[in-house]
Formats: sequence, structure tokens, C-alpha cells
Amino acid sequence: MIPLSWYLTLAAGVFCIGLYGVLARKNAVAILMGIELMLNAVNINLVAFWRYLTPGNASGQMFAIIVFAVAAAEAAVGLALIISIYRRRNTVIAEDIDLMKW
Amino acid sequence: MTAMQIIFLITGAILLAASTMVVTARNLVHAALWLIASLFTVAILFALLEAGFLAAVQVVLYIGAIAILIIFAIMLTRRVMQDSGPQTNTQWWLGGLIALALFGALWFILPSVVYPLANASVPDNSLKTLGFALVDMNQYALPFEVASVLLLVALIGSIVVAGDRK
Amino acid sequence: MDFSKLLSDPVGFIAKLLTDLLVGQLHFPAPLVNVILMIIGVVVVASFCLVFPLFLIWFERRVVARMQDRIGPNRVGWQGLLQTIADALKLLSKEDITPIGADKVAYNISPVLAVVAVISMWAVIPFAHNMVGTDINIGALYIVSVGSLGTLAIMMGGWASNNKYALLGAFRTVAQLVSYEVPMILSLLVPVILARSMGLNDIVRAQSSVWFIFSAPLAAFIFFATSVAEVGRTPFDLLEAESEIVAGFHIEYSGMKFAMFFVAEFMHAFTVGALTAILFLGGWQGPWAEQVPWLGVVYFMLKAFVGYFLVILLRATLPRIRIDHMLDLNWKFFTPVALGAVVCTMITDKLIPTGVSPWVRGGGLFLANLILGWLTFFLLSGAARKMRQEEEGAGEGHASHAEEIGHDAHAPAEAHAAPAH
Repeated sequence: MIPLSWYLTLAAGVFCIGLYGVLARKNAVAILMGIELMLNAVNINLVAFWRYLTPGNASGQMFAIIVFAVAAAEAAVGLALIISIYRRRNTVIAEDIDLMKW
Repeated sequence: MTAMQIIFLITGAILLAASTMVVTARNLVHAALWLIASLFTVAILFALLEAGFLAAVQVVLYIGAIAILIIFAIMLTRRVMQDSGPQTNTQWWLGGLIALALFGALWFILPSVVYPLANASVPDNSLKTLGFALVDMNQYALPFEVASVLLLVALIGSIVVAGDRK
Repeated sequence: MDFSKLLSDPVGFIAKLLTDLLVGQLHFPAPLVNVILMIIGVVVVASFCLVFPLFLIWFERRVVARMQDRIGPNRVGWQGLLQTIADALKLLSKEDITPIGADKVAYNISPVLAVVAVISMWAVIPFAHNMVGTDINIGALYIVSVGSLGTLAIMMGGWASNNKYALLGAFRTVAQLVSYEVPMILSLLVPVILARSMGLNDIVRAQSSVWFIFSAPLAAFIFFATSVAEVGRTPFDLLEAESEIVAGFHIEYSGMKFAMFFVAEFMHAFTVGALTAILFLGGWQGPWAEQVPWLGVVYFMLKAFVGYFLVILLRATLPRIRIDHMLDLNWKFFTPVALGAVVCTMITDKLIPTGVSPWVRGGGLFLANLILGWLTFFLLSGAARKMRQEEEGAGEGHASHAEEIGHDAHAPAEAHAAPAH
């Protein structure tokens, strides 16, 4: 049997890598890819907890399914926004989209 | 070292390597391809955790839809000068430090917690239980409906935001 | 050696034979023997998937030729059966070009991924009641998920070729494939609802009395049409329209890589036939299929070839649809009708009391489908009539104008024609 802490540590590793991607990348689409990595790490966590703590209950898998739906919705809207910004300002570098900065 | 543990270690190593390549690749389309590899290894992990339905949904949703959407967005927003040069912004070291600190903290905390393990196996009708939970009024029918409304709103919103202004 | 088992449980017989050999004679440890048996199973299914297209391509060329009133390949080997091998040898001997500036890894992986996606589909297809690669309880969803890997392969191939026409072709292809997945999944839900399970073997077992094509003809039609669009065959042929965008996303592929795309497409077409047979025509069901699984294989292959023949018939007779018509067809016809079919099946299935015989249940569902089909036809013809009246109303202003121009064009033509006589 694989210890639960292995899964959680792996999910923590992927989460931190995704966090680095969000904080350190210039391109907006690359930031979105980091966000997807973080959501996947959360999903691994949820399903691991479901399997090891309450396998007879459907709650863990339910939570993971809702996270899937939210991730899909967020990716769609985020990419629509990025494409729209590209049409106006001809750039997708997050640092250059600073019209509302004081 | 049972066979499952070996499979888990190999899959985990591939997942970490692919994720690292996602956040450090210079060429964005390569980063998207590495993202697809990491999403696939996450599906393998779900299958290891005996959540086969979630593994199939992961492949259909993430790889079949979201990854293709990301690749489309990359190709529609390319400028030739963008693919060269550093892909990290000016405070990348701070981001790296924060991520490392968080990972260090979790690495020390997680193995030392005592979890209330159930030590049971997944019952045979877990898929049916999941299906019933989604439509049972006393269980998760409301989050199901709210998620549907959320997806509808996202659909209409992205069409409005990214549509052509005539 | 229980040879009677060879007839009634061939897979179990072979597994027992090999296990006795490996554990008894050669003293392998039992888990290793399990892994070896699994690998042998995978190799058998994958080899079938890679060798069978040789026959499929010959079959298609002969049938298309007959429909076009010619003979087809009949020189190489008896009745032309070795023609595909000759073509494969020719493709093997071609130079393997990699365009300058192409992304080498993506360029090379893309044909492999296309073939892998199709072979992986055969892991869950039941040949007989106990001859199935792996009997998971989410077989239908697995087929959809592996099909989307094929879409990815096309996207990668189109982008990696460093060619703007390949990229455009890949964009259009992916738009078509992703759009047509929606009604395909919806119509896939109908047999799942009727059989109360997503596992393919369970769906086949639930058709022991009435085939689902009688209980759900609308869903069968939509599933078949959208699956043909997913493969990329005519009439949804835009992906490789030779006359339009010069072979689409696989322009830059030559030699064996092109052969892999080719093999993947034909095997996928046969898989569509096999899936239609499983989901709607009763799979391996037939007289004595439970006792002798080999008969189940024969029935399944016959039904799969009926589906494949339909795919070939569509290819030989229908013209290509334009891309905007194709997307209109998907979003304005297939998706609403598929949604309607799912809702209609659910409601009818609940209304019919549980104790009745399967024939009555099938009849009730067929009636519900008939009503839905009639309603769709009624709405469509009403909309078409309104469009026609709008055109005639707008065209009356144009028509008189055109008549005058026509008269002027006629007069000089007649003047020219008279001296020519």
C-alpha cells in the first residue's frame, strides 16, 4: 500500500511548481498553465483523501468533479480574456498590461 | 517495494519533471505539450487511486478540451519576438523563494500528521454511489446544478468577450 | 488439458496453458507470470489492430471501385489482396523528409500518437462474452477519452510542420473534431441509459432480446454520422481535401509517417463500424454465442463489417460539405436533436412500467423516437419554408431585373447562332 503522505507530498510539489509558474512567468498563457497545474495538484489531494479516509462515501469524488467543472470554466473565460486583450493591446505579456496601474 | 509503489514513484518522477518543464520552457508550445504530459500522468495517478471514472474524465476534459484550448490561444496570440529571450519576469527569484519555502514547510508537516485512515477497499458500486449522490436532493444535487449554471455563464461570457466586434 | 474449454473459454484455456508451462516447467514466480500474460494480451490486440487494416484497405478499394462501376486492384496477388502490401513497401522506400524549422519531437510523435489513440480503443471492445481486452465499467467514456488523444495528434502534426497551410488545416480539423464530439457523447448516452451501465460488455448483454437500433434509431443515426465526422471521412472530408487545401494537416508528411496516419484513419473507420455494432446492433449476440464464443466473434465481425460498409457507401456517394455548413449542421441540427433524443429516452424509459416484456419496451421507445423525428422534420420544414419565402420575396425585386438582362443576353446570342447555322 502506498502511504498517504507520498501522494500528499507529490501534490504539494506540483502545487509549488505551479505557484512558481504563476509568480515568475511573463506570458499570460504561461501563467494560466501554472494555474492549471495547481488545480490538478488540488485534485490529486482530494482523490487521495477520498481513497484513504472515506472510500465508501462519494463526497471526495464529488468535490473533485466540481473542481474539474470550475477549472474548465475558468480556463475558457481566462483564455477568452487573453485573446481579447491581445486584439486591443497586441501583447500578452502580463507586465505590459498596466493601464490601470497608478 | 511493491509493484504499485514502483509505478507510483516512476509516475511521480515523470509528473514532477514534466511540471518543471512546463514552467521553465522557453517555447510556449513546448510548455503546452509538457502540460499535456503532466495531465496524463495525473490521470494515471487517479487510476492508481482506483478512481477510474475520474481518470477518464480527466483525459476527456483536460487533455481533450482545455489543453487544446490553451494551444489554440498560444497560436492565436503569438508574436515572433516573444519566443526568444527570457520568459521570466524581474522578480522570479522571489517567486522561486516563496514556492520553495511553501514546499519545505509542507514536506516537514505532511508525513508527521496522523491521518484517520479507513483501511477499507473501494466498494464495487462506487460509480453508482457517485451517480446517485449527484442527483439526490439531500446530497449533492445543488452543487451539480450550480456547476451547470457556472458552465453556461462561462460559455456565454467567453463568446461575448472573445467574439468579433462587427 | 481440458480441451472442451478451448471451445467455451478460449482465453482462459490459453492463459491456463501458459501459466502451467511457465510456473510448472520453468518455475517463474506467479506475479511475473501475470505480467507476462498481460503483455501477451496487449501484443495480440495491438498486432490485430496493425495487421487488419491491410485487409480493410483492400476491401474499401474494391467496394468503392464496384460502386464507381470499375473493378479496383486485382492484379497483385489473388484478387489484388497483396496490393496493400505493395503500397506499404512503396511508402517504406520513400525518402523520410523533415521540413526545415519543423519541431522535431512533435513532428515525429504526432503520427505515433494518432495510431496509439486508435489501437487503445480496441482494449475495451468485446469480441465475445469472455473475449474482451479489459472489461472496465466505464468502457464508453474510455472510448471518448482515447478518441480525444487522436485530436491532439492532429493539432501537433499540423503545427509541427512549420507550414501555414498545414496549420490552417489543423485548425479547421480540430474545430470540426471538437465540435462533433458533443453530439457523439450525447448520443452515446442513450445506449448507456437503456443498458444501465457504461461498460461495453454490459451494453451488449442488455441487447439480448431487442437491439438498441430499434429502441433508439435517432441516437444510432446521430452516433454514426458524428463518428464518421470524427474520423474525417467524406462527407466530412475537409481535413484532407486534396482539391482544396492540398492534404490539410499532413502535407509535410512523407513515407512511413504518412502511412501511419493512413492506417490510423482506416482502422478508426472500422472502429466506428465496430462501435455501432456493439452499441446498437447487438455486438456479439446471436444464436449460440454464449456457449461457443468463436461464433460470437463471427457475429461481431459481420456486424462491424456492415457498419464499415455503410461508411464506405457514404464515402463513395456523397459530396464534401463546406466547413461553415458542417459547423452549422453540428450546432443547429445534431446537438439539439441529440439532446432531444436523450431527454425523450429518459422520459419514455421512466414512463414504461418495469414489468413489461422487452419487445413492448422497445416498441414504446421506438414510438417516442418516431414522434421526436417527426417533430424535428416538421420544425425543419417550417423553417425551410420560411427561408424560401424570404428568398422569393427578396428575389422578386431581383428576378425582374435579371429577366431584362437575360433578354438582352439572349438576343445577341440568337443573332450569333443564326449565322453559325
